[in-house]
Amino acid sequence: MSGGALTAREAGLLSCHVCGQLARPPEGAAHSLRCPRCRAPMHLRKPASVSTTWALLIASIVMFLPANLLPVMTTTSLLGSQQDTIMSGVVFLWQSGSWPLAAVVFFASVMVPLLKIIALVYLTLSVQRRSTRNLLQRTRLYRLVEFVGRWSMLDIYVITMLVALVSFRGLATIEAGPGAIAFGAVVVLTMFAAMSFDPRLIWDPLAGRSADPYIASHD
Amino acid sequence: MPAPAVHLKLPADLVACHECDLLQTEPALLPGQTARCVRCDAFLARNPPDSLDRTLALTLTALVLYVIANVNPLVGLDMQGRVVAVTLFEAVQVLWRDGMMPVAALVFGTAILFPLLELMMILLVLVPLRLGRVTPRMAPFFRMVRSLKPWGMVEVFLLGMLVSLVKLSHLATVILGTAFWATAALILALTFAGRAFDTRLLWQTPLPDDAQDALVTSR
Repeated sequence: MSGGALTAREAGLLSCHVCGQLARPPEGAAHSLRCPRCRAPMHLRKPASVSTTWALLIASIVMFLPANLLPVMTTTSLLGSQQDTIMSGVVFLWQSGSWPLAAVVFFASVMVPLLKIIALVYLTLSVQRRSTRNLLQRTRLYRLVEFVGRWSMLDIYVITMLVALVSFRGLATIEAGPGAIAFGAVVVLTMFAAMSFDPRLIWDPLAGRSADPYIASHD
Repeated sequence: MPAPAVHLKLPADLVACHECDLLQTEPALLPGQTARCVRCDAFLARNPPDSLDRTLALTLTALVLYVIANVNPLVGLDMQGRVVAVTLFEAVQVLWRDGMMPVAALVFGTAILFPLLELMMILLVLVPLRLGRVTPRMAPFFRMVRSLKPWGMVEVFLLGMLVSLVKLSHLATVILGTAFWATAALILALTFAGRAFDTRLLWQTPLPDDAQDALVTSR
């Protein structure tokens, strides 16, 4: 307990993540619990939060390389054929004078996935090390990661519209490249990674320094 | 986890923060007020004025706009007299035919299917509530609304479409279609509906004192 603050877990209570109802786990039962009000599955913490987050993070790091190195689209026109990666698309926008859009796309497609992976690695590591520093800042960082993650999908939609619209046979066509699949995978994997991370784990080390069975285990 | 020796009654306004697990009393909120966690500043609850009617009205508006946005062409491209115009679904079909099935499925889910499902589920929950029939059977639909929410990305899609139009503006004449404006209006309706929705409406009936144990299911 810290400074008189009591968490639901310290009080022996589960809180429902769907309807917010507090409930006591019955004697001896720790698995397959359901909310007495809305019947949603209840867990003290998200099950296997740290290991699931790690698995999804490693997968997204693996996909991050092809997402940025492989071409996301191929433009064929009378002038010949040209392959574009995510980054060269940003450079094109910049050079054609629309630098505000270039900045938006650079931020959404390059910076957000990268910073999101770095932030989640930092959050997961600090939770595993049971750090008690920067609790509020880390919670805010997690909130930011959750909020901003969806905007990485931007380039997927750009590619979709370009491919669908530029289909003037003989004049110009655009086709999606394999980089787009890897890029979509990075966005989805990092979103799942952020969802599987339980921000309450950040605050748990405040509650005594005893061995904690809930950090990397089930329920 | 220390089990309490005596089964004390849980106060109805006792809540645990979803982001740091701190137990606290949810204050009585005046219309328009928002409650935040005292420790980590997380969102706890909001009391939007006239929530049920406004959410229903805005969700129905969004449904109408959704239909308009999906049956009409989004944008057209005029290149030396040849005109190409696509609806969102046609754009997904082009991707699918080009062999980009994962990307096509991702766009179909996030821009077409999940936003529609979310609207339908909100109506399934709110219409019976408006008619005065509160049943626990609508809880699973509400749970679906919650899990679908992060995956509906209409606003990201609109920005992506704008970026693609800027990229094309030097190549051909861009014609904005009916669906483009309907999508922009849809985003406004979705945002305001989300702000007007007070999820606590669903859980108004307090549980009897002897039903505050989590349920155990055998699977």
